[in-house]
Amino acid sequence: MSSSPMVELVGIAKRFSKPAGIASRIARRFGGPERATTVHAIDGVDLAIARGQVLGLVGESGCGKSTLGRIVAGIMPPSEGEVRWQGRNVAGATRAEARKAKLGIQMIFQDPMSSLNPRMRVADIVGEAPLVHGLVGRREIDAYVDEQLVSAGLDPAYKRRYPHQFSGGQRQRISIARALAVQPQFLVCDESVAALDVSIQAQVINLFLKLREDLDLTYLFISHDLGVVEHLSDRVAIMYLGRIVEEAPTGEIFARANHPYTQSLLAAVPKIENRKTTFVAVKGEIPSPLNPPAGCHFHPRCPHAFARCRSERPAIRQIAPDHFSACHLNDEPR
Amino acid sequence: MTPTVTLEVRDLSTHFHASGTTLKAVDGVSFSVARGKVLGLVGESGSGKTVTGFSIMRLVDPPGFIAGGSILFQGLDLARISNEEMRRLRGNRIAMIFQDPMMTLNPGLRVDTQMVETILAHESTSREEARQRARDALGMVGIPSPDERLRSYPHQFSGGMRQRVAIAIAMLHRPELIIADEPTTALDVTIQGQILAEVQKLTRQFGTSLIWISHDLSVVAALADEIAVMYAGRLVEQGEVGEVLDRPLHPYTKGLIDSVPSRNRRGAPLRQIQGMTPSLANLPSGCSFRTRCPRAAEICQQAPATREWLPGHTARCHRPHHLVEEPA
Repeated sequence: MSSSPMVELVGIAKRFSKPAGIASRIARRFGGPERATTVHAIDGVDLAIARGQVLGLVGESGCGKSTLGRIVAGIMPPSEGEVRWQGRNVAGATRAEARKAKLGIQMIFQDPMSSLNPRMRVADIVGEAPLVHGLVGRREIDAYVDEQLVSAGLDPAYKRRYPHQFSGGQRQRISIARALAVQPQFLVCDESVAALDVSIQAQVINLFLKLREDLDLTYLFISHDLGVVEHLSDRVAIMYLGRIVEEAPTGEIFARANHPYTQSLLAAVPKIENRKTTFVAVKGEIPSPLNPPAGCHFHPRCPHAFARCRSERPAIRQIAPDHFSACHLNDEPR
Repeated sequence: MTPTVTLEVRDLSTHFHASGTTLKAVDGVSFSVARGKVLGLVGESGSGKTVTGFSIMRLVDPPGFIAGGSILFQGLDLARISNEEMRRLRGNRIAMIFQDPMMTLNPGLRVDTQMVETILAHESTSREEARQRARDALGMVGIPSPDERLRSYPHQFSGGMRQRVAIAIAMLHRPELIIADEPTTALDVTIQGQILAEVQKLTRQFGTSLIWISHDLSVVAALADEIAVMYAGRLVEQGEVGEVLDRPLHPYTKGLIDSVPSRNRRGAPLRQIQGMTPSLANLPSGCSFRTRCPRAAEICQQAPATREWLPGHTARCHRPHHLVEEPA
């Protein structure tokens, strides 16, 4: 399985900064302090996704998982580092190549209502991109759109309707049909089933599984729902405040979680099999990425933290075959 | 001997007038909650679970109205008492926690102002003592340095902390009943764990009865004593948590449980319920689940009545699992 990965991220960082306001700019002229605030949304991430694989990216709000998804999808350039699409750096590619890479990666968002144009009919939403990119001619477009709708599990008879005339689950199917219309090889799903009811969520997950089989797709599946990720993914990466803290095959991570954050995350997930559990709270809150703790970001909440965790950032390294974790405890004698 | 019942809802119906028709958002719902017990009210969007909670609190606004039934709270019928009487109960002996804590909190007032106001609304005590109680309440729900936090505005809290403040306010008068409507749905898993731990501690400590409204079967499994499942405005199944989850009678309940990913082999297609939730304006005749039901038969064209199939375990179904043969 060590063929060249479909997508590779090397040393990716993303910073958002808010320029200093006029008052602090004037203050600086007179010797005031530097005031530009910077959020380190992503802080040195390496990640590879092999062809045909489903990588689940898990983390809590504000950990940077959506930003990472956007960088992979090419919607946002990284501040540092390289995104390689089938072995080639996207940033250095020619325009034609970059366009090809962009078409090859499509993204499906959480809320279809804000990612579908409410004033376009379904047929136009799905048909626009393949027409613009010359994938199909004007004459074949009708049949082509029907085909995409059918593969997303929608009845083509409804294609003259507008998005608001559909239910939440159907709307998500429209965004899936739109993504499929440009014949992508790779889908970035950002919390794509989070807003759906349980019974509808199961239908959409099944659709993703079927499309993977039928179209040989590769996925980056971003979610906070560990149950869904466990079901769908081959590998799982756990993110905390802009860094990947653990990465391993799905079975391995759920059976032998190494990082204390992963462990507490797994412990906090209620399971339908467990009745009348007494909940044990993880202490503390998710710190602000504006001002993350030094050293290991998780140390203020970690039950095992020691002096080194407060000062030194743990590197992510292999701790078992194909199992990577970023924790100083792995260096300690047990 | 039955344990002391805090709330008994009988045949509650809440309807909405909408463009000439009447939508039965809640249609003949009956359940009861005993002292210190947790009832998990489960259903998907539009099933009427929130409207049920709002009806108990008498917070349903026109065009909605309570069309029938009774809501007995310690002998008092909440569906019939005057607005003034209800106002005295609300926030005092019955409290509600919403999914979005900003529904409870006023963004323009400091937390202490809001909490002191809540106390003084129902009790005549000194401002000083009210403040002291507000401080203790914040400490009780695990908010660090409550003295400082009292002087903060809601926007200065994180989502999880805001929900704690809302819970603290709900607990101020040690109510006998709390209705919690999806209070952890918008929160991260680790924060949800913290809130669940606090809620568990509080109900155990004070014998508060709790109605926990949620779409998440896993949370309800972990928290509730009893579970009631709603579909299209009706209760379709009810019973002790383990009993319902291990031996669901209604095909809808079974479908919901089966579609939870952990109940399926990894990577295999999830077992799913066909179709989608019907609109209330356009319900199938007879059993409203019959068009999606794998066990539907001729008889399902007549509306089933709620029946106690097993001791303490009721279902509104003609052909429940385990008890009636599979259709050929």
